[in-house]
Amino acid sequence: MKPAPFQLHTPATVDEAVTLLATLAPDDGRILAGGQSLVPTMAFRMARPAHLIDINRIGELRAITAAGATIRIGACVRHVAFEAHEIPGATGALLRKVVHHIAHYPIRTRGTFCGSVANADPASEWCCVLAGLDGTVVARSVRGERRIAAADFFQGVMTTALEEDELIVAVELPLLSKDTLTGFREFARRAGDFAIAMVLATYRLENGVIADPRLAVGGAEMHPRRIAAAEDALRGQPPGTAIFEQAAKIASAAIDPMEDQNNTKQYRRGLVRTLARRALESAT
Amino acid sequence: MTERHNITLTINGTAHRVAVEARRTLADVIRDDCGQTGTHIGCEHGVCGACTVLVDGDPVRSCLMFAAQADGCSIRTVEGLQRGADLHPLQQAFISHHALQCGFCTPGFLMLAAGILEKRPDIDDQELVDVLSSNLCRCTGYENIVKAVKAAAREMRARA
Repeated sequence: MKPAPFQLHTPATVDEAVTLLATLAPDDGRILAGGQSLVPTMAFRMARPAHLIDINRIGELRAITAAGATIRIGACVRHVAFEAHEIPGATGALLRKVVHHIAHYPIRTRGTFCGSVANADPASEWCCVLAGLDGTVVARSVRGERRIAAADFFQGVMTTALEEDELIVAVELPLLSKDTLTGFREFARRAGDFAIAMVLATYRLENGVIADPRLAVGGAEMHPRRIAAAEDALRGQPPGTAIFEQAAKIASAAIDPMEDQNNTKQYRRGLVRTLARRALESAT
Repeated sequence: MTERHNITLTINGTAHRVAVEARRTLADVIRDDCGQTGTHIGCEHGVCGACTVLVDGDPVRSCLMFAAQADGCSIRTVEGLQRGADLHPLQQAFISHHALQCGFCTPGFLMLAAGILEKRPDIDDQELVDVLSSNLCRCTGYENIVKAVKAAAREMRARA
């Protein structure tokens, strides 16, 4: 179908955008970034915003910048940007492993990292990365700037801590130390389809044992999160099949999986166990 | 609500000045306002890829972009592939390898393939199949589509 009528606003600066948003949000105004999730829901008439504030012409939102031990991903940085080898170290390597799982190439040329985060679909790979790396969401409104930790940001299925007048201007991710090993695995029934479950795993080796383990599960629960019990099991152990299997088992028991007509709780639990083991085993 | 935006779409090098409602998708405006009906519209929600065009060189789903967002952009559609009497190597390869049956998905596949091969002429076969997996062919002619695109990639590399 065709989207319902709306008014389009094209601010040239973030200040203009948040001023428009403050006025229009109570009147069903929404931000339009890549549009790869919003426009289909408008075509189905599931979303009928009265106003769209298109941020694509705001030049200051297009950059990925390194700042100290973090990288800052502007709100208009598209998925495809992460396919190029510009982000250094283990964080860059992880992002390049993840990006190919996101939808399809012609979607990745338009869709944005921050748009995925704002949309907070449980099956979003970038949301899993944000949760797994304990990134920070940088939100702006006419009231000022607010920094929201990933653990506080995700609140449920497509539900976040963002206020209606707030625009995500950037997401910040830590630059993992150079010796960090990273792995990512997901399962979807068709290439490019929504993942039924995904697992991100990172760790370092210190004197032959696992240090700084991170294990995050996405797609299986209402929102992605780190699984502390699985990380505790890994910490201080030498890497290997047995400990990976044990951590995977703990992760699959720790989650409260969503259920839908195609995927039972038990099925998602099983998937998480397999994917966690594979993510750990594949970490390089 | 019916406010119109005066925009310019440069399609295959020709500027089209049109006035469009914000809700009109790029796909609809290319076809209905600019008369370039080679671009096909299948699902209208970004799943099938029939409406794929190049916007400033990138393959995009033109049903998931509003025409007003493409104001000032350079757009290429299937009508722009041929050079004079010469078919584009992709078009020739689709004929030679019988890569189309009903032809509905063909413009989308051609523009998707043209976009990726121009950016990455040396893309390996596995990655190429991954890129092509984004578009649907309900005649299920995928084997021949993949063969044709691989053949065209070789031809384009040889000519470069």
